[in-house]
Amino acid sequence: MMPVTPTQTWQFRSPKQHLLRWVGWFWLIALTVFCWNLMTENTIWAFVADAPRQASDIGGRMLPPRWGYLNQLWKPLWDTLNIATLGTLIGVIIAIPVAFLAAGNTTPSRHFVRPLALLIIVTSRSINSLIWALLLVAIIGPGLLAGIIAIGLRSVGFIAKLLYEAIEEIDESQVEAIRATGASNVQVIDYAIIPQILPAFCGISVFRWDINIRESTILGLVGAGGLGLQLQSSLSTLAWNQVTVIFLVILATVIVSEWVSARVRQAVL
Amino acid sequence: MSREVTSLRAWKRPPILLKDPRWRWTILLGSAIYLVLAISSVDVDWSRVYEGLERGWRFIQGFLTPDFSSRWRDIQIGLIESLTMTLTSTVAGVLISVPIGIGAARNLAPTPVYMICRGIITVSRSFQEIIIAILLVAMFGFGPFAGFLTLTFASIGFLSKLLAEEIEDCDSAQIEAIRATGAGWWQVVNYAVQPQVMPRLIGLSLYRLDINFRESSVIGIVGAGGVGATLNTAIDRYEYDSAGAILIIIIAIVLVVEYSSSYIRRWVQ
Repeated sequence: MMPVTPTQTWQFRSPKQHLLRWVGWFWLIALTVFCWNLMTENTIWAFVADAPRQASDIGGRMLPPRWGYLNQLWKPLWDTLNIATLGTLIGVIIAIPVAFLAAGNTTPSRHFVRPLALLIIVTSRSINSLIWALLLVAIIGPGLLAGIIAIGLRSVGFIAKLLYEAIEEIDESQVEAIRATGASNVQVIDYAIIPQILPAFCGISVFRWDINIRESTILGLVGAGGLGLQLQSSLSTLAWNQVTVIFLVILATVIVSEWVSARVRQAVL
Repeated sequence: MSREVTSLRAWKRPPILLKDPRWRWTILLGSAIYLVLAISSVDVDWSRVYEGLERGWRFIQGFLTPDFSSRWRDIQIGLIESLTMTLTSTVAGVLISVPIGIGAARNLAPTPVYMICRGIITVSRSFQEIIIAILLVAMFGFGPFAGFLTLTFASIGFLSKLLAEEIEDCDSAQIEAIRATGAGWWQVVNYAVQPQVMPRLIGLSLYRLDINFRESSVIGIVGAGGVGATLNTAIDRYEYDSAGAILIIIIAIVLVVEYSSSYIRRWVQ
């Protein structure tokens, strides 16, 4: 007679893994519930319950769109494109030196300059362009210039971060080859590094330009010019049928800019 | 004789991008014309800008000597709203985007489901947070609840799209192997797909947590709760030292979230 061997049933996870997962899930859920309670402490649920009625009310006012308003939107649209493009240009001009100072292989000093450049990148990246615009409108007054500078300052961090990562990934043997001809540091950057990062650089800039178009459409909400300014005035006069037209214009602009940027990136990369 | 001539010929550097000279000149000329038009349409009130320089200097001083104490109560309320909004909306976003992400994956979902899920993703991705926040504040009233809904809505598009792409990139051999054991659709998802995409899903969720925090500090400007409202008030009152304090807190939290999330991602993968 054969002895009965204890058959082990296969399990997806070991008991210890199981326990760990349960503990992890438990804490996540507990934390979420706690946050939810804290967040909704002051929520007036009557307003929330009222939302479907409000939604249908607003929907009723938004339709039909007031197409005649479109004629007043061409100038703001042109302003919005300018904010995005000129802002990207400023961002690019500042970002290039910052990226070279931040990249581990081109920075003049690892212990002093590099952390400083990284700090610039982090500061620019963690503050949204709308907040930059808020600050700049308070400082230099409402208008296109505040929007352009806000977009520029926000773009510096993004472009510099992606660019310095591209610089760190270059083929070092080309740098060595150029240096072996007796080239100076500037010539090394010009002949060995720039040809390697130029396609990535164009791709990054166009990508950022695409994002900037999106962001510049709303900068006017805080007074920085462009379509957002019209949006703000339509919202404050509760002209919801004009708001619809503005939303559609924004949507069309975003789709076109996304298409352009995808085509350009396809061409250069 | 002819030898000397060839040796005298200077090497001319070939262009890196746009090898066709006609294209190069068209693009150069086009951008020059655009720049002239764009810059001439930006009218700047230079006296206002000059006046603003002094204010800008005061802002920089306020940033360097931040005042955390006098508005601490407001800052605290804003921060708690932002942080709770961030966590709850990320959790809700992940919960909703997992089924949508599975539905939007070509290799798992039938075509009608695929089309519907892709449609949801496109709608969610084409409007930016601020515009959604404006609509939701109008429907649900002021406060963090509208912000929570905004961030959840925006997270769905982002997470489902990337999750669907990840599922489509799955190793199909493993799916086939599980399917060959006679497993049903649920079992395939659970045993073949889930182990492959889980690390990436955790990484994406943490990345979205990071983005949601940044956005939560902005949507307060249109009344959706969070530290953005506090910041807006501080700047409107020209209290640059309090505004500086809020910005420093935002930058610090973004840094902490970014570093801890990259640490957790490395630990998970």
